Amino acid sequence: MPLIRRKKASENDNDQASISSDDNSKKKKSVSTKKVKTGEKSNKWSCVDSCCWFVGCICTVWWSLLFLYNAMPASFPQYVTEAITGPLPDPPGVKLLKEGLRAKHPVVFVPGIVTAGLELWEGHQCAEGLFRKRLWGGTFGEVYKRPLCWMEHMSLDNETGLDPPGIRVRPVSGLVAADYFAPGYFVWAVLIANLARIGYEEKSMYMASYDWRISFQNTEVRDQTLSRIKSNIELMVATNGGNKAVIIPHSMGVLYFLHFMKWVEAPAPMGGGGGPEWCAKHIKAVMNIGGPFLGVPKAVSGLFSAEAKDIAVARSIAPGVLDKDLFGLQTLQHAMKMTRTWDSTMSMIPKGGDTIWGGLDWSPEEGYVPSQRKQRNSDNSCSNQNGTESMNCQSKAVKYGRIISFGKDVAEAHSSEISKIDFRGAVKGNNVANTTCRDVWTEYHDMGIAGIKAVAEYKAYTAGDIVDLLHFVGPKMMARGSAHFSYGIAEDLDDPKYRHYKYWSNPLETKLPNAPDMEIFSMYGVGIPTERAYVYRLSPSAECYIPFQIDTSANGGDEDSCLKDGVFSVDGDETVPVLSAGFMCAKGWRGKTRFNPSGIQTYVREYDHAPPSNLLLEGRGTQSGAHVDIMGNFALIEDIIRVAAGATGENLGGDQVYTDIFKWSEKINLPL
Amino acid sequence: MGFSWVLSVLLFAKSLAKFLIAMASILRFRKLCYVEPVNCSSLNFESFETLKGDNNEQFEAQNVEKKDEKGVDVDSVTEILLNRQNKKKRPNKRGNKEWRCVDYCCWIIGYMCTTWWLLLFLYHCLPANLPGLRVAESPGTRLKHEGLIAHHPVVLVPGIVTGGLELWEGKPCAEGLFRKRLWGGSFSEIFKRPLCWLEHLSLDNVTGLDPPGIRLRAVPGLVAADYFAPGYFVWAVLIENLAQIGYEGKNMYMAAYDWRLSFQNTEIRDQALSRLKSKIELMYVTNGYRKVVVVPHSMGVIYFLHFLKWVESPPPMGGGGGPGWCAKHIKAIMNIGPAFLGVPKTVSNILSAEGKDIAFIRAMAPGLLDSELLGFQTLEHVMRVSRTWDSIISLMPKGGETIWGNLDWSPEEGYGCDLVKKRYTSTEIKTNNTDGKRGLKLQESAKYGRIISFEKAASQLPSSQLLNLGSKEFQRTSTGTNSNTSCGEVMTEYDEMSRESIRKVAENKAYTARSVIDLVRFVAPKMMRRAEAHFSHGIAENLDDPKYTHHKYWSNPLETKLPDAPDMEIYCLYGVGIPTERSYVYKQSPSDRCRSIPFRIDSSADGSNDGCLKGGVYFVDGDESVPVLSAGYMCAKGWRGRTRFNPSGMATYIREYRHKPPASLLEGRGSESGAHVDIMGNVALIEDVLRVSAGATGAELGGDRIHSDIMRMSERVSIRL
Repeated sequence: MPLIRRKKASENDNDQASISSDDNSKKKKSVSTKKVKTGEKSNKWSCVDSCCWFVGCICTVWWSLLFLYNAMPASFPQYVTEAITGPLPDPPGVKLLKEGLRAKHPVVFVPGIVTAGLELWEGHQCAEGLFRKRLWGGTFGEVYKRPLCWMEHMSLDNETGLDPPGIRVRPVSGLVAADYFAPGYFVWAVLIANLARIGYEEKSMYMASYDWRISFQNTEVRDQTLSRIKSNIELMVATNGGNKAVIIPHSMGVLYFLHFMKWVEAPAPMGGGGGPEWCAKHIKAVMNIGGPFLGVPKAVSGLFSAEAKDIAVARSIAPGVLDKDLFGLQTLQHAMKMTRTWDSTMSMIPKGGDTIWGGLDWSPEEGYVPSQRKQRNSDNSCSNQNGTESMNCQSKAVKYGRIISFGKDVAEAHSSEISKIDFRGAVKGNNVANTTCRDVWTEYHDMGIAGIKAVAEYKAYTAGDIVDLLHFVGPKMMARGSAHFSYGIAEDLDDPKYRHYKYWSNPLETKLPNAPDMEIFSMYGVGIPTERAYVYRLSPSAECYIPFQIDTSANGGDEDSCLKDGVFSVDGDETVPVLSAGFMCAKGWRGKTRFNPSGIQTYVREYDHAPPSNLLLEGRGTQSGAHVDIMGNFALIEDIIRVAAGATGENLGGDQVYTDIFKWSEKINLPL
Repeated sequence: MGFSWVLSVLLFAKSLAKFLIAMASILRFRKLCYVEPVNCSSLNFESFETLKGDNNEQFEAQNVEKKDEKGVDVDSVTEILLNRQNKKKRPNKRGNKEWRCVDYCCWIIGYMCTTWWLLLFLYHCLPANLPGLRVAESPGTRLKHEGLIAHHPVVLVPGIVTGGLELWEGKPCAEGLFRKRLWGGSFSEIFKRPLCWLEHLSLDNVTGLDPPGIRLRAVPGLVAADYFAPGYFVWAVLIENLAQIGYEGKNMYMAAYDWRLSFQNTEIRDQALSRLKSKIELMYVTNGYRKVVVVPHSMGVIYFLHFLKWVESPPPMGGGGGPGWCAKHIKAIMNIGPAFLGVPKTVSNILSAEGKDIAFIRAMAPGLLDSELLGFQTLEHVMRVSRTWDSIISLMPKGGETIWGNLDWSPEEGYGCDLVKKRYTSTEIKTNNTDGKRGLKLQESAKYGRIISFEKAASQLPSSQLLNLGSKEFQRTSTGTNSNTSCGEVMTEYDEMSRESIRKVAENKAYTARSVIDLVRFVAPKMMRRAEAHFSHGIAENLDDPKYTHHKYWSNPLETKLPDAPDMEIYCLYGVGIPTERSYVYKQSPSDRCRSIPFRIDSSADGSNDGCLKGGVYFVDGDESVPVLSAGYMCAKGWRGRTRFNPSGMATYIREYRHKPPASLLEGRGSESGAHVDIMGNVALIEDVLRVSAGATGAELGGDRIHSDIMRMSERVSIRL
């Protein structure tokens, strides 16, 4: 306050000094005051003052609103919602509590890639003060504050796939690890809250958080994560009166848990030494949510050019932003450099090769006409909104089998018309010495122009070729990766080589454990276009950039085409195609097969996507089928709670299928 | 025992104080607004006048009044002026542009906000380590340079109060608090819905478990007790230092438990002990079969003592780990601020929900706590809630008169407080002794044995002059209950006591550690009925008596044997040099009109200048919560060598840390503090913990490190060993 006055004083003193005398005549004073007034007129609303006034107003209003918000009774938003949309359905937890369901089996959550938090335990100088703060998850505040430092700490060692020297980033433990990914963006929180309603609490729920960046076996080598999961499951089963555990993995967690089931029964040096009966003794059911059993095509584009549909769209909307060295930051290159050190991304490269994903001229989803499905759905259910979603591909067969093709014409041409030149033997090197590229280093720099050209001239890549392609463009990464993951189909599962851990996360190269009472559920959303194949082109200037990018100009003939912005879509949950999520439970493990020797029961539960009817109040929807949002899907939560409270798959009603997954599975010619 | 009750109660007091300040500022603000319409129209002129005088003067309420007077004559000037303007009929655009009060307020707020943000921004831009503010190297980094690396897995066992509690199921009033912390963290719910909060923190009065429909559970993981409230570290500093030598989630475990429950109930309800057992076994295996180092704090010490017995006992009551479990899995137990033999503070808390600090506040502002401010009987509420917590009883003084002294005798006798200070300020040991002798002469020996005495005189008279009724004479007269419904719904057990029996309690004059238990049994019968099934406070005659296999004896070091683990080491690490509550002078509350707590500490009772009696409390040496005797006795004598309490003769070490207050405010809570909780940031203590967890033995640390008279005090306690 004194500052204010002083300021005015100086201003007015400048205007006129005469004001200072008190005993001026009235007249003079009035004159002077008049002058003051006019003088003030110009000074008073100076810019700074106005700004301050403005800021003050906003602050005050903000505070009063905040106060009102805090004073508001907690049930108010619900009241408003109910006033607008009518009474909300009870959350499944409450509903089932009224039905008399109570906590019975302990529950284990296995989070997927990306969704779980990572915190810093030891860092370089630049990460001072971040001890035990989340680097991944939470607010991501450090990404803006010190992006390079953040990148450095999130990266792993390029040779070993483990910590770089002097850096220890570790998974957050406990339910907080993945209940919310960022503030307000739930992952497991809704499920946890509903389970708590029927009596679950910390002692009967366990979040098996692990470092999702490193390969599955390395989580055991470095953190003993698998041992911890084993010990925790044993403990929970023992303290909950011998009731077996219900496991709920999500996304990559599905593969991780597959790995765990093999690990735990394998003998000690490489495995957990639990003995052949461990799974049968401790696990009641595995309820896989959105499981990419057979991989995700998205992983390919992510590894190949660090982009996905969203990035490609962003690029087509604002061509300059990502390509230019904005802020001296080569965002995509940095992202690629970082993600290529993460071994786990390689666990999701499409598995099973051409047999599963289709060859040059064939694919299981071929001739897939979603519109039919939509009609069928709308007949018996209320999915009117779904109809509006344009998923209708042209009846002309799309060649999904070519996961990557260079040029739109290649993507559609018949295989005999494509002239392929094998890239495998191509000479790399011939490098343009690019010291101008700053210090961002991706393996593309080693390839040189010749290598890049060779890649482009192969034209079309099927799932089988993709693995070779990745070996070619990212040799170091794949060298690490192929020590931990395998993408083939086993000829003979009894071959002793399959005892190696690198096969454990591939459902096509492992047998399920001997646990006839166990149940496996495959639960996933459907009704959202999901990336399946890509049209690529060479980047205009291949010097400092990633030399390939999705050709966003490649669009299908009309609006209803499956090809959009260079991406072919199929049905799925936005990330995982139906084929990958459903095949194992629909066919690969159905009945007593060689992959499932003990005949474990499998169930396919699909959840049709319905966007939230009301964006503001419902948030991410209670009937969503999207990859992560499905964790808030009431139907899915209800299923999980019923199983956790003791129901079997039969009690749930067996399969619940909207797509043609069974037909597609039939088309796949795999000896079972 | 945490920083204990005091904190919980202090929080209330603080909230009240904050509220008052807020009210005052609001009032002042309103005054501004009311006053200003008078002179606002003339604010232009008026401001010119004031600026001449004193520019620097604060714009405050008094000022406004002064201006008011001036404003009057200025007002007339404006009137004239306005008239003239009207005559000239100049279009007056400025009328609405005039600085109105609201504008001024906004202006000020905006100004302040902007400055604040600017400063904040600058602060953030500041490089993390200014050359001037070079922080001393932390023990973790120093020891890392020495070559220490993580070796043994570490288990941290938090004490009472410091662990967080979160809500899993609540009443409708707690809507939206699912998995939010009710205890620990920001405590914001206390202000928003205090009664709801109290209801959820209470346990069932009969079972000592959850009340129906409420599930409040311990927060798991390291976050449970790293910070108690934002910025108030408990384990965080130790954890950070451990991390610097290589510890992380896989070899460090926080054994969080619900500290409100009795120890055995944590197993019955949450299987907390089983989880701890499984975690220790897991860490033992995954860290290459290296034994664990356990670091319990405060009440965690006796919790872990309970665990040691539990884990080796056979299954229905115990964990079934077999007799070799501890020897196989545990390398060392590093008890920090251990409350082995109980804490006298507990008694005053149970009796009148107050400690030194509360009594002090009461003396400072007599009205504040007594008047039912905001219709809130703070202390009564605190008492009602805390009496449902069984764990408090575990901290009652154990060992009766043998340990804590009787009416005329106590082990600390003759060790005055001023003495403590003098001894610590002097540097040479030899002068210590002379000082000690002088102090002895000056001091009329305080009778610490009388843990509670009514009136100051009773605390000093020789026992022969005391009128002492046997505890059996306490009788509940059910007829004269003074249940007055006007007192609000706060119901403490005192409401059920007749006035006469209260008077009788007071007539008894002096209570020793043994009779205090009878007293508590009398004033809080329900609580004791529950808790006595879980805790015992005596001394065992014959440890092989089969009754001692019951779990209620497990947390009392005087009624259990240590496990058979000759290689294990037990450390007692505690601060000394802070006056610590030892016994109390009580009086009856002046009017028991609507005050349901009939006793209170007589804060007017002060000793002579250098006396130990201050504000109704006798002090001895300790760490502010736990007296040296309780913390050190077991390691100094009870378990030293091969005794009946320690049949396998495991080594014990005493490590005392002399309290030094932080030199400057910049240091925060100090790196050489000896206070009960702040000691967790003590550099010397952290170094000891780190060395042991990296593989050192007690002998390598340098054996005992003693500043207090614990050895001599222990000698005076006569227990058959």
